[in-house]
Amino acid sequence: MAKEKKTLNLNFGPQHPAAHGVLRLILQLDGEVVEKADPHIGLLHRGTEKLIENKTYTQAVPYFDRLDYVAPMNQEHAFALAIEKILKIEVPARAKYIRVIFCEIGRILSHILNVTTQAMDVGALTPTLWGFEEREKLMGFYERVSGSRLHANYFRAGGVHKDLPSGLDNDIDEFCDKFPKIIDDLETLLTDNRIFKQRNVDIGIVSKQDALDYSFSGVMLRGSGVAWDLRRSQPYDCYNDLQFKIPVGKNGDCYDRYLCRIEEMRESVKIIKQCLQNLPKGPIKTNDGKISPPPKKEIKESMEALIHHFKLFTEGYRVEKDEIYMAVEAPKGEFGVYLISDGSSKPYKCKIRAPGFTHLQAMDYLIKGHMLADVPAVLGSMDIVFGEVDR
Amino acid sequence: MKNLEDFEKFINSELTSKINNSFIKHDNIYLNIDHDELIDVISFLKTNKETKFRQLIEITAVDYPENEYRFKMVYLLLSHEYNKRVIIDYSIKENDIISSITSLFPSANWMEREVFDMYGLNFKNHPDLRRILTDYGFEGYPLRKDFPLTGHNEVRYSEEEKKVIYEPVKLEQNYRNFDYESPWEGTKYIKEIKKSDG
Repeated sequence: MAKEKKTLNLNFGPQHPAAHGVLRLILQLDGEVVEKADPHIGLLHRGTEKLIENKTYTQAVPYFDRLDYVAPMNQEHAFALAIEKILKIEVPARAKYIRVIFCEIGRILSHILNVTTQAMDVGALTPTLWGFEEREKLMGFYERVSGSRLHANYFRAGGVHKDLPSGLDNDIDEFCDKFPKIIDDLETLLTDNRIFKQRNVDIGIVSKQDALDYSFSGVMLRGSGVAWDLRRSQPYDCYNDLQFKIPVGKNGDCYDRYLCRIEEMRESVKIIKQCLQNLPKGPIKTNDGKISPPPKKEIKESMEALIHHFKLFTEGYRVEKDEIYMAVEAPKGEFGVYLISDGSSKPYKCKIRAPGFTHLQAMDYLIKGHMLADVPAVLGSMDIVFGEVDR
Repeated sequence: MKNLEDFEKFINSELTSKINNSFIKHDNIYLNIDHDELIDVISFLKTNKETKFRQLIEITAVDYPENEYRFKMVYLLLSHEYNKRVIIDYSIKENDIISSITSLFPSANWMEREVFDMYGLNFKNHPDLRRILTDYGFEGYPLRKDFPLTGHNEVRYSEEEKKVIYEPVKLEQNYRNFDYESPWEGTKYIKEIKKSDG
């Protein structure tokens, strides 16, 4: 008598440490082999896009911190750039450099988190402990410049909120000197580690064509051998003046994506170093009183400054009728803002293009035919953060 | 074929009548098309070797409740080879059915589900049209302009029933939308109350 084939439905998450947040994955298993994966998302949906439609442009910035909350400033960047492009604001050079420094710090923050938690998902605890010590220092820099370790609310259309406090540039520089050693240490734990390789090499392979078809971006695309980085191909702010390499993978598996991230951290350190060396002096935001608030001292002396201040913090600045798509290379991939303004001080529509959303969509394609134990490995290498997937 | 203007001209000359309007703004090409031409236009842009828009970036909709054609559908494509972006849009009515482009781009699957979820627009030939971001059993379409910001239901844990329950939203204070664009006229909310008093 032929044995009847039975598939088992397994609920993975939403409360599971390897689900990287609130992912509910419904797996159809044949023995230990995954036949189908159906991700249920939206458990962290907060209606960010709806909220932004009801807030002024300045009030909308903090919502971007809460998307991918491990690299907040990278997302504020996309929003600030979109508004600047519509209003044709000239951003001072110093602001551009400061923004790039903090975007690269964000990239390191995100990549440390991803690399180490991916290692933890496949059984290595030490990298997490070592890596999080460094994240703590980086979040310290965030705090010193913006007053907040995570939800920075630091970038503005036209520049940044405040100049670097004294001594911060030296401290970041010192960190950049020491950090490559930490990456080396992490690599000694992982790169040639037998268990880590067994769990990651040839797992979750994405071909070039599929990476394009599934709208992959960032490391997911580069890991499969497509040399595409928005910092290089569509440079924004001061990326054009900087020397850096784009690491590209070969096999498109989880291990290549891990290697890409490690190399990107090294490149980020180089970018920060260059920015600090060439950091120009001067203003840190546009001096157009219609867009950025006047300095405190002027408010007490100048009537015009007082009016500007009042109008900016009640009505906010108006953005002329326009439609724009602006994307930046966030640590996880192409993060874009599709903005429709209608001439008022609130966006008419603000669609947020989150890289994680399209990556997670490919879960079924990536995991089909793999073993159950590979699910956390693949999920880990996709670098999913639910803040941005669910929005 | 490097220049953005040449690129736009090429697309126009190849697709001619399929394109209603096209222009260049913010280093992107904007195309306005007819609803019925969607599949043709997108498959041309994807496969033609002079354009190679091989990556779908995003699909979204915009709600203009006062228009007869209430929704504007927007498709963003990217060509890695030529480093160009194109933004395609067309207008539709509320009950029109949109052709799904999942056969051209598998990644359109979730993007169209999101449009369905947020705007209530229907797609034909979509393999799996379910809600995606909202709660199980959710009603209404949150990103439509007539959907209230506060929503309709709120959730709490009930000590009596020992489970999570849904209730209509109760606010201690009405939601106030301050109209700062004319700060001298006061808010409508306060004006309304004064009127009812008098």
